[in-house]
Amino acid sequence: MPDTIAVDVTRYRPDRDDRPTTQRYEIPLRKEWTVLDGLNYVKDRVDGTLSYRWSCRMGICGSCGMTIDGDPKLACETFLTDHRPGPVRVEPLHNFPVIRDLVVELTDFMAKLPRAKPWLVTDSDKPPPDAEYRQTPAEMDEYKQYSMCINCMLCYAACPVYGLERDFLGPALIALAQRYNLDSRDHGADERLEVVSAPEGVWDCTFVGECSRACPKGVDPAGAIQRYKVTAAKETLRSLLLPWGRR
Amino acid sequence: MTIRHDVVIAGGGGAGLRAAIAIAEARPDLSIATISKVYPMRSHTVSAEGGAAAVKLPADSLDEHAHDTISGGDWLCDQDAVEAFVAEAPEELLRLEHWGCPWSREPDGQVAVRAFGGMRQRRTWFAADKTGFHLLHTLFQTSLKYPSIVRYDEWFITRVLVDDGRVGGVVAIELMSGRIETITAGAVIVCTGGCGRVYPFTTNANTSTGDGMALAFRAGAPLKDMEFVQYHPTGLPFTGILISEAARAEGGWLVNRDGYRYLQDYNLGRPAPGPVLRSMELGPRDRLSQAFVKEVEKGRAIDTPWGPVVHLDLRHLGEEVIEARLPFVRELCLDYEHIDPVRELIPVRPVVHYMMGGVDTDLHGATPLDGLYAAGETACVSINGANRLGSNSLPELLVFGARAGAAVAEAAEGRRAPGPAVLAQGQDERRHLERDLLQRDRGRERIAAVREEMQQTVEQGAGIYRSGDSLTKAADKLHELQERCGSVAIDDHSRVFNTELTAALELSFMLDVAQSVVRCAWLRQESRGAHQRIDFPTRDDERYLAHSLIHLAEDGEPEVRYRPVTITRWPPAERVYGR
Ligand SMILES: Cc1cc2nc3c(=O)[nH]c(=O)nc-3n(C[C@H](O)[C@H](O)[C@H](O)COP(=O)(O)OP(=O)(O)OC[C@H]3O[C@@H](n4cnc5c(N)ncnc54)[C@H](O)[C@@H]3O)c2cc1C
Ligand code: SF4
Ligand code: FES
Repeated sequence: MPDTIAVDVTRYRPDRDDRPTTQRYEIPLRKEWTVLDGLNYVKDRVDGTLSYRWSCRMGICGSCGMTIDGDPKLACETFLTDHRPGPVRVEPLHNFPVIRDLVVELTDFMAKLPRAKPWLVTDSDKPPPDAEYRQTPAEMDEYKQYSMCINCMLCYAACPVYGLERDFLGPALIALAQRYNLDSRDHGADERLEVVSAPEGVWDCTFVGECSRACPKGVDPAGAIQRYKVTAAKETLRSLLLPWGRR
Repeated sequence: MTIRHDVVIAGGGGAGLRAAIAIAEARPDLSIATISKVYPMRSHTVSAEGGAAAVKLPADSLDEHAHDTISGGDWLCDQDAVEAFVAEAPEELLRLEHWGCPWSREPDGQVAVRAFGGMRQRRTWFAADKTGFHLLHTLFQTSLKYPSIVRYDEWFITRVLVDDGRVGGVVAIELMSGRIETITAGAVIVCTGGCGRVYPFTTNANTSTGDGMALAFRAGAPLKDMEFVQYHPTGLPFTGILISEAARAEGGWLVNRDGYRYLQDYNLGRPAPGPVLRSMELGPRDRLSQAFVKEVEKGRAIDTPWGPVVHLDLRHLGEEVIEARLPFVRELCLDYEHIDPVRELIPVRPVVHYMMGGVDTDLHGATPLDGLYAAGETACVSINGANRLGSNSLPELLVFGARAGAAVAEAAEGRRAPGPAVLAQGQDERRHLERDLLQRDRGRERIAAVREEMQQTVEQGAGIYRSGDSLTKAADKLHELQERCGSVAIDDHSRVFNTELTAALELSFMLDVAQSVVRCAWLRQESRGAHQRIDFPTRDDERYLAHSLIHLAEDGEPEVRYRPVTITRWPPAERVYGR
C-alpha cells in the first residue's frame, strides 16, 4: 500500500477569493484513517486555515457532511483506503450556499424545521398521565426508522428537487413530520398535514429516491414521502367528499 | 452593537436545552438566548449511548439509588444533592417520555430498564444504545415550541462579563460572519459540557474543551473537585470511540490475553455466566480502569500499535440480542474496527470519558458569583463525587438543568440591567480578539503542537495513577505551555468561519482546565475513586472528606481551599463490590 494519498479540497474564503479553487494536499494513507482524519492532519500540520465542521467523529452528530468523490458522505465514516489510489476529491455539500471552504449554510433548513411541528402534539384537554404512555415495541417500530435522522443534510445534497426548488421542505423534514405522525402518542397529524401537503410539501417530490440512497442512517426519507402522499391524497379526497370537516 | 436578553444560556446540549425549556415554561415573558458553538443537535450529549438512571421498578427505592451513587462516588458526593437528584430523576425521565423520547419498551408497552455498572437494581432507562441522541433531539425539537427561546447557533462565547461582583452577559463571535457581539443578561447559565479533549485519548467530541469551566474560572467562580477525571474501561483503540457499558450490562465479558475474566482477581466478585449487578464487569468504572493498568503490569494484556488492550467478548450474547439492544455498538465496531462483535472479540482500553469536577454550584445551579449558574457536565453540584456511575449523567443534566432554569426564572425580577462597565469590558474583549488574535502575524508554533504536548503532559502526570512526582513535572510543563500558547500561530486572518481562531481559544481554555486538574490532584494526598495516588494509596477521611475548590485569588494566582462533604444519612464506609 502506498503510504500517502492526495486529497483535492475545495477552498473558498469569501473575503479573499472571487470563486472557489482547489488545493491539493498529500497526506499519509493509513488504514484506520477516515477522510476526517485526513482533514485533521492537514489542519493540524500543514494548513491551519482550512475550515470544515466536525464534532463527534463517530457518525452521530451530523456535522461532517461533504461531497467526497462526487457523493454526499459523512467524512468521519468514509475511509481513505476506500478511495485509493486518489486523489480524493473533497467538496462542500451540493445544493447549499457555501460559507467558506467545506462549510455550507444550513439556515434554510433550520428556519423550516419548526414548520414540521417536530414535537409531540398531545390532546390539550387531557393532562399527561402520572405514568408513561404505553407504547408497545410494535407501535414503536412504526416510527422508529424516521426517528434516526441526524440532520446531516446528505439527503438535501442528493435531492434534485431541492437543488431547483428552494421552498421544498425536503426529505429529512418530511421524514421528521412522519416520525411524529406515526407515533402512537401523537395527535398532531392534522396540523402537520397542512404544511406537508402544501405545494412545497410532498407534492414537489418527483420520487427519484436519491435521498434514501444517500442517507447514512437508514432513515428512508423517500419512503416517508411516499407514505405521506398516500395519506395526503386520501385526506384531500375525504375533504372533498365531506366538506364540513375531517374525521 | 449590544444585544440584550434576560438570560443567556451558554450551551445547547442536554443541560442547556433543559434549562431553556424550564425558564420558557415558568416565565414566558423572559427572553432567553441559547448560545452554542455548534448547532444544538450536534452537542456532545448526542453521543451518549447506554442510558439514564432513575428508579422505576417496584423492587427499587430512592435510597438504594442514592446509596449506589454515594458509594460509587467513594463518599465524596454531597448527600443532600444526591437525595434531590434521585428523587427528581424519575419525573424528569417521565417528562422526556411525554415529550416523545422513544425509550425502549417492554412487550406490554412500559418503559424498559437495564442493568448498569455499580447499580444494585435495574434502573437505567435507554433508547436502544443511542440514548443521548434521542434525548437531545427530543429536547431540541421540543424547545422549538417556545418563542421566547432565541437561538444563537454557531456562536462562540469567549468571555463572561462581570461588573462589581455580578455577571452581566457574555461576548461571543458569530462564526458565519465573524462579527463580535456583547450580549447582556442579568443571569448566565453555563452548560458547556465536559473537557475530555484535555487528554490525548478520549471518548469526548472535538467540542468538549472545557470552555465553560475556564470562562467561569476567569470570571471569578471556583472550580470544584477537578482532580476527579473518569476513565471509561472500554474505548476502541486509536479512535477512543466508546463501547457503551450497556455491552457489559447485557452480559459482555472482559478478558485478558489468555481469555481469562481477570476482574475476578481485583476484589470485584466471582464470574458468573450472566451479568450480576455490582459485580465483575458491572463494577464501577474507576475500579475497572485501575484493574486494566494492573493487568498490563502483569503482562497479561494484548499489545497493539495503539498500546495494550484487553478484549470485550460479546459473542455469547448472539446476534439477536446484539441487534436489539446494542445495534450502535455493532455499527461502531464494523465501521471503525472492521470487526463484527457477533463473531469477534472487541479490543478495548481505558479512555478519558467524564469530568466529575466542574463549576462549583449549590443545589439550584447557582455559583458563588452573583448571576452565574451552571448545569450539566460543566457543573459540579456534586452528585458524582470521586467517581460517576454510568447513566447518572443524563438524568443529572435534566434534574439540575431544570433546577437552574427554575432558579433563574425566580430570581429574574430582582436583576437590574447591566451597567456601562459591562459594555466597556465587552469592547475590551472585542479589541483583544481583533487585534491580538485575528491580526496576529508572527506566531511561533502550531496550535496542534502545543495542544498535543498538553495532552501528553496531562496523561502522563494525571492519568489513572498519579504521584507527587508526576504531578510536579506536569505542573511545570503546563506552565511553560501556557506561555507558549500566548504566541501560537494564527495564519487565518479571515473573519468568516475562522476555526483556527476558535481552536486557539479552546486551547487556552483547556490549559486553564489542565492546570486546575494537576494542581488539585497534587494537593490531594490520598486515593479516592478516580484519583489514585501511588504515593498515598489509601483513602483519608480525616483530611480529605472534602471538596477541593480552586479559584483565582486577588493576586491573579490560583488558590485551593477545601469544603467538607455534606453527609446526611450514609456515613463513610468501605466500597464493596461483588459481595
Ligand atoms: C461517548 C459518550 C457516551 C456517554 N454515555 C452516557 C450514558 O449512556 N449515560 C449517561 O448518563 N451519560 C453518558 N455520557 C455522559 C454525558 O453524555 C455527558 O456528560 C452529557 O451529555 C453532557 O451534556 P451537557 O449538556 O452538559 O454538555 P454537551 O452536550 O457537551 O453540550 C455542551 C454545549 O455547550 C456548547 N459550548 C461549549 N463551549 C462553548 C462556547 N465556548 N461557546 C458557545 N457554546 C459552547 C456546545 O456547543 C454544546 O451545545 C456519555 C459521554 C460520552 C462521551
Ligand atoms: S434523512 Fe438521512 S440523509 Fe437526510 S438528514 Fe436525516 S440522516 Fe441525513
Ligand atoms: S463528526 Fe459527527 S457525524 Fe461526523
